This record gives sequence, structure tokens and C-alpha cells, in this order.
Amino acid sequence: MDSRIQVLAIVVTSILFLLILELVRRRRLMERYALLWLISALVLLNLAIWRNLLEDLASTLGIVYPPNALFVVAFGFVLALLLHFSLAISRLSDETKILAQEVARVDQELRAARAESGAEAPAAQPSVAEPPPR
Amino acid sequence: MRKLAIVPAYNEEGSVGRVVADIRQRAPGFDVLVVDDGSTDATAREAEAAGATLLQHPFNLGIGGAVQSGFKYAARHGYDIAVQVDGDGQHDPGYLTKLLDALCNTPGTDMVCGTRFRERTGYRAPLARRVGMIVFSIVLSAITRQRITDPTSGFRMANRRGIELFARDYPHDYPEVEAILMIHAHRLRLLEVPVEMSQRDSGRSSIGKGHSVYYMIKVLLAILVGLFRGRVAVEPGEDAPVSAQRSI
Repeated sequence: MDSRIQVLAIVVTSILFLLILELVRRRRLMERYALLWLISALVLLNLAIWRNLLEDLASTLGIVYPPNALFVVAFGFVLALLLHFSLAISRLSDETKILAQEVARVDQELRAARAESGAEAPAAQPSVAEPPPR
Repeated sequence: MRKLAIVPAYNEEGSVGRVVADIRQRAPGFDVLVVDDGSTDATAREAEAAGATLLQHPFNLGIGGAVQSGFKYAARHGYDIAVQVDGDGQHDPGYLTKLLDALCNTPGTDMVCGTRFRERTGYRAPLARRVGMIVFSIVLSAITRQRITDPTSGFRMANRRGIELFARDYPHDYPEVEAILMIHAHRLRLLEVPVEMSQRDSGRSSIGKGHSVYYMIKVLLAILVGLFRGRVAVEPGEDAPVSAQRSI
């Protein structure tokens, strides 16, 4: 296996690993999402460092040129990450829908409470209200 | 001195009513707030019937989100003391006076934590969980340089400093363990107080038997990653921690 591609793989996966840690430190990335990234980076780093391990893996998978095995594993992790995101997005959509419905409910109860107490309340407007005419 | 008991409850219709009644009877100086974390059963109704103030989440956030809602309520309403009493009946409200005493009479203490393992108590956890707790205990004691004997105990009481810190930020995933790190990072003082706790009264624990090892690994990783985070909550005048403006 050519040394250049090995060095490149080690450098890139190391930078990725450190980048993830820094993003978590800055609170841009939540731990639960960082975990899969860190595991991916660690596995790839190990495969990049230990040629024997990579060559064994390559022959097991039936791959002739060992660095291709590294790309296959990396691609596998990328698919896993994408699926993870799809799941996260689905959940977030559900949560957002529930929040929207909850806001509507609270708004209705507030209007009802105002009506009951006889307080002055602005007339109901479309949610995306037009600015008053000048 | 205004005191609040925060009772997080997720599907605890069988026990939450009694927990609220117990607190009102054994510690009448405490206002009771039940945080219904998106329960699908009659938890909210039971809580209100027992006379608690009710905060209801529109969906389930987990114990971290529920407890933080309690702390936000405490901060907003000017409470001086806030204590977490789980809705499943594991925490005994009879100890609230003991925790309060320790918090108020030990100078420099911001938070007290009821521990099951300081003295010989009757509490026996399943083996896998016990191993996990010992591991967390060792790790946290090493990091905080203080003897932490019950890292997963949620039976905690905080003063105003603790309330304001946790109202601004509280860990999502493994709150009891990560909160100890947070306290340490923000230079608050934690004191452990021996208590007895019961097994769960009814309902199911959020950590199943088979999941114990997996849970332990995840928590250790979270602790490791969390160590990189350092000082968390934001000081007045700093950039808002959550901003829709940032692209990265």
C-alpha cells in the first residue's frame, strides 16, 4: 500500500476527530450526534494506521487494493450517518408539529380567557398578518 | 425562604399522587411542582388532584428536560431552594428536612445530594447497575477530587446559585452524572448526605436490565466528551447560546 495515501488517511481522520471534539466543546454539536462521528473517525484512523488490519479486511471483503477497503468502510459510515440524520429530522418534524399545535391550543385558551374576563383583545388575524394600511 | 419540590413524572399515575401528598405532609414548607413529561396515562390528573402545580410538556423530553423545566420555573418564580423528588416514589420526602439542614448549615455548599451508599442502607440494585454506579463513582471522584458515592442519585437540593445555573443549562442525556461535572466546572460545592431510598413503586425504569452495559459505555463516553466542554452556561452579556443566525 502506498505510503502517501496512508499518511493522507491518517491526517484527514485525525483532523476529523479533533474537529468533532472541538465542535462539541463549543456546544455546536450535541454529544448524541458526536458519538457516531467519533466512532467512525476512530475506526477509520485505526484502519489507516494499521496496514495489516486493513489488508486483512480487504482480502476478507474480496478487495484487491487495500485502500479501497478504507473507502468502503468510510462510505458505510457515511450511509449510517445519513440514516441517523434522517431519523433525527423525522423526530424533529414530529416535535415541531406538536409544538405548533400546542401554540395554537394555548393561543385559543388565552383568547377564551380574555373573552371571559371581558378584557380588550386584538381581533383574530391571519397568522401571517398584513401590516396595517398606511 | 421560598422552597420548591420539583417532581418529574413520566407515566407515573400509580405513584405521583402519593409522592405529592407525602411532600405536602412531611415538608409543608415546600411548594410542589409536578412536571408531566408527556405522559400518556393519568399522571397529570393525579398530580392536580393531589394539589400540585402542574407543568405539562407537549411531548416527552426525558428526565433532563423535565428537571430543567422545574429549575426554570424555580428561577422565574424567585425560589431560593429547589429539590428534585422523583415521581416514581423512590425518594422519601421525609428526608427533605435533613437535606435542607445540610444545605443551609454547611457554609459554602450550593447543592446537597442524597446518597444511598455512604452508610449501610437497605438499597440493593441489580448487579449490572451496581457495577455501573461504582465505575461512575470512581471516574467522577477522580475528576472532581471529591468523594462521590452515588453519582446517579437524582435526589438533589440546590440553592439559588444552583437554580440559576440549571435554569440556564442542564444536561440532556445522562443528567445526574453530567450535572456533577457541570457543578464542578462552575465551581459550585456539592455535599453528599446519607439517605435511604426505596425500590421503584410502580411503572418501569427508563433503563432496562439488558441495557445496563450499553448505558454505562454511553455515559462514560458522554463524560469523556463532556470533559472537553468546560464552562457551559452563559454569563450576562455574552452571545446567546442558541441563535438562529449562525450557519455553523
